[in-house]
Amino acid sequence: MKIRQGLENYIFVLPAVTIFAVFYVIPFVWVFQLGLFEWDGISFTKTFVGLQNFKEILLQDRSWWQSMWNASYITLIALTFQNILAFMLAWACDREIKMKNFYRVIFFIPPVLSEVVVGMVWRFIINDIDGANIINHTLAGLGMPNLVHNWLSDPNTALTTVALVHCWKGFGWGFLIFLAGLQTIPRELYEAARVDGASAWQSFRKITIPLMIPIMILVAILTVLGTMQVFVLIVSLVGGEFAGHTSVPVLRILASMRGSSRFGYACAQGITFGIVLVAISFIQYRFSKKNQ
Amino acid sequence: MKNVLYYKSKKVVVNTLIHLFLISVAITCLYPLLWMIISSLKTQDMIFKDVSLIPHQFRLENYSRAWQEGGFGRNFLNSIIYTVSVVFGIVIISSMAAYAFSRLRFIGSKWLFIMFMAAMMIPIPGSFVALYVLLNKLHLRNTPIGYILCMINVGLSTSIFLLKTFFDKMPKELEDAARIDGCSKLGIWWHVALPLAKPVLAVVIVFNALTVWNEYILALIIFDNRQYMPLQVALQTFQGEFVTNYPLLMAGLTITALPIIIVYLLMQKYIVKGVTQGAIVG
Amino acid sequence: MLIRSAVLCIFAIFSVLGCSGQKIDSKPTITVWHWMTDRDPAFQVLAKKYEALTGTRVNFELYAPSDAYSQKIRAAAQGINLPDVFGILGEKRDFAAFIKAGHILDITPYMEADNSVWKNKFFPKALAVNEFSPDNSYGINPGIFGVPIDIMTIQMVYNKKLFKELGLNPNRPPKTFQELLDIGVKISAAGGSASGGKSAGMQGLVSGWGEVWMIDCLANNYAFNIMGKDKVLATIKGEIPYTDPDWIQVFSVFKQMQESGILAKGIVTMINKSAEQLFANEKAVFAFNGSWCVNVYKGMNANLEYGAMLPPEVSDKYPIAIWGGAGSSFMVNARSKNKEEAVKFLSWLTDQDQQAYLAQETNNLPANKNSLSKIPEILAQFARGMDYATHPNVWGVSEFSLVIEAFDRGIQSIIIGEKTPEQVAAEVQKIKERELAKKRAR
Repeated sequence: MKIRQGLENYIFVLPAVTIFAVFYVIPFVWVFQLGLFEWDGISFTKTFVGLQNFKEILLQDRSWWQSMWNASYITLIALTFQNILAFMLAWACDREIKMKNFYRVIFFIPPVLSEVVVGMVWRFIINDIDGANIINHTLAGLGMPNLVHNWLSDPNTALTTVALVHCWKGFGWGFLIFLAGLQTIPRELYEAARVDGASAWQSFRKITIPLMIPIMILVAILTVLGTMQVFVLIVSLVGGEFAGHTSVPVLRILASMRGSSRFGYACAQGITFGIVLVAISFIQYRFSKKNQ
Repeated sequence: MKNVLYYKSKKVVVNTLIHLFLISVAITCLYPLLWMIISSLKTQDMIFKDVSLIPHQFRLENYSRAWQEGGFGRNFLNSIIYTVSVVFGIVIISSMAAYAFSRLRFIGSKWLFIMFMAAMMIPIPGSFVALYVLLNKLHLRNTPIGYILCMINVGLSTSIFLLKTFFDKMPKELEDAARIDGCSKLGIWWHVALPLAKPVLAVVIVFNALTVWNEYILALIIFDNRQYMPLQVALQTFQGEFVTNYPLLMAGLTITALPIIIVYLLMQKYIVKGVTQGAIVG
Repeated sequence: MLIRSAVLCIFAIFSVLGCSGQKIDSKPTITVWHWMTDRDPAFQVLAKKYEALTGTRVNFELYAPSDAYSQKIRAAAQGINLPDVFGILGEKRDFAAFIKAGHILDITPYMEADNSVWKNKFFPKALAVNEFSPDNSYGINPGIFGVPIDIMTIQMVYNKKLFKELGLNPNRPPKTFQELLDIGVKISAAGGSASGGKSAGMQGLVSGWGEVWMIDCLANNYAFNIMGKDKVLATIKGEIPYTDPDWIQVFSVFKQMQESGILAKGIVTMINKSAEQLFANEKAVFAFNGSWCVNVYKGMNANLEYGAMLPPEVSDKYPIAIWGGAGSSFMVNARSKNKEEAVKFLSWLTDQDQQAYLAQETNNLPANKNSLSKIPEILAQFARGMDYATHPNVWGVSEFSLVIEAFDRGIQSIIIGEKTPEQVAAEVQKIKERELAKKRAR
């Protein structure tokens, strides 16, 4: 009886596991073992080099670690600026205000647009030579002419500008999930707090935040995973790796695959990348378990 | 008297500030979309010379041209079929699996779930080549089913993760009640768990619809037949090797963005309304 | 009940979709995969013509953009599923790898048949890119393995109207590097590269230097000019270091260009399309681009008055070189069942009339020597540059890709003022030595 029950339970996961095994595990194993070879992606022969690729990544590949650093920087900005903005907007829309539905739709337009379009349009908005220079004009018009700058062509500001555009594209998701979460908090709790004489700030701190923490962790994990893999946006905004200033891991992997025809090395880079992502997500997950 | 006025005016000020904040963010969201639409109404040479937002031209024929030249008809249908099939497949498969991971006990459930989580976190570079060879061996390569199965796999991990997190928080009373009433496990999943999960399901639907709708590189590599290509691949014909026909491209992009916006419009009320309706008071 | 009908529905849809309806054709069909979006209509016309002529159906299938195309080709190669005719978008070593894997037909016998009648139709430089010479370092038996269908050169273009505005003679483009730098100073003085809240004025040279290969191209052109072909090849072979004074001079060329103001602002963040857009909109005086740009500029601004010129020489010891040769080439799948038909078709496609048609319709230079009569003047100017043309694919040796990457990135750093020529030279040399050591260890 128990065995039958156990078997019954397997049926629930069978389709998922089957598809997963075929379409993820098999390619994964293939790519994983390729990291141990030197291969150009074309020939039918490969050269086994053991852990050589990994050694090269760890010890010699400065451009790889620079790309990881850049991606982490963008992710950090996303975790802070983007998610705080999303939370504030969700909180503002959670209250009883007019035009709630209008905002809910508008804020989700950026995620819907493809990265290519977003890059093209923002490049047009920011650049002055091949664009309309709107940002600088606005800054000058608002009385801050000394802030005018070549946001995308100056190597010092390019990465931050890219990070901000990415935040613009991404906050819609966080907004949606936060809003859904905020709406699950029963209104009665706020009522009770108000009756007890709590101020708006106190009820926010003692009711809203604690109940939202699991959702914040969820959004944080998804943000990290999504942002570390950004790359299309970078190509459409700054044309490429900008002498390393806007280099990101996925672009480096693509460069190894296509530019240098080193498929095996690209796989090794991919595995290294995966390990870092797993480590970060694991830490976040553990952190969330503690706070439950 | 003074107190009431003070609180009333404070409320007005706060509300105004909030509205200003919301409106300014909304403007930055709307501007690029408007720019895309306005550009799609211009001609090729005007698109670079005239950079204002105010439309001077209304070349609506750009849309019909984009539709015809891009062969959008067939590809549009293909994209819809793929998106609907994949989303449907993922909703069923991932919710069943997530429910099992959350509520049912079986050997290896913890490890299987960890594997799915790890898959979510580890992207595979160059997986296209692996999938190509794999599908070839399964004789599924140049077929819609092969593509659909691959795309189901793409969204599976994240969807399972989202749904399991939700199911974990679901109160057990309703399920216990249903079980006492003699409902089978499958029945509980269909009649109790899924309806409660509407908001998360809506997020899963939107997320996966977006992923499938915007995908093009796997389709381009796997399909050899024009007939099977999704919309995004057809769009690429406008981004020519050397010449970019920007107005047509913008028209094409606008056409492509519309269905997803519609899906979102349909789903978003579930995400928010469904939650308040389903909120179970402890 | 609902589930059952839903499941039935799904099954129905799947079974319909699952069939990849195979039709058996009695007529031979040749499948050609290509990436050239702007030429697809012309190709389709020619395909119909060929079918009417010979009864053989030709199926041109377009897969764009070009990097997606190249991934598709590689995936198909892995699955041994290549079409009858295709192109390889990659470097000579990728080409060699494909040949070694048995994917590409050796068409030397066809080219040299009947006293090389087919071979002699082409510009020699167009064939050279598709050829492997007897002393090549790739280990390929010498021969011709691809068919060029057009030629191109990468040169500079200049806007005649803006020249007049600057007080320069529109029929006398700069011949020496110093003249170019002087024009740069003039442009800066006219408020060109000014920043600030106002829109930037006239820009100098634009090019897609966000795409590093274009930097590589110009740097290489000047390398040939400064030290001559032999020394450049010797450096690639590892006999001369990149820290040699001649190479430092090559790097300094870019520093000088940046300092004189001739380079457009943000040139390092431009993809070639943005550069083309700027030149077509008359916002830039010069552009560094390939002959395909004629078609692009025509589509963006039909009234553009411009001329083509060679990159102005830095030194007069050796002639300046430009990159040129075959633009696009097609290869025949060695495993194809329709090899003979495919070769016949390619022979027809590169015949005089078809090449003239393609040249007219798509504003690309024909690969066939005899089709040059009816091309527009600007294209003819590009064609004249062919005398100076060379191409990495004809040198018989390739530089390590990591070295090229460091080289190009280094130049980007010089342009944005972060590194000096000497620093970059030292870095590139270090990577070169590391790669040489790796190669010796194998």
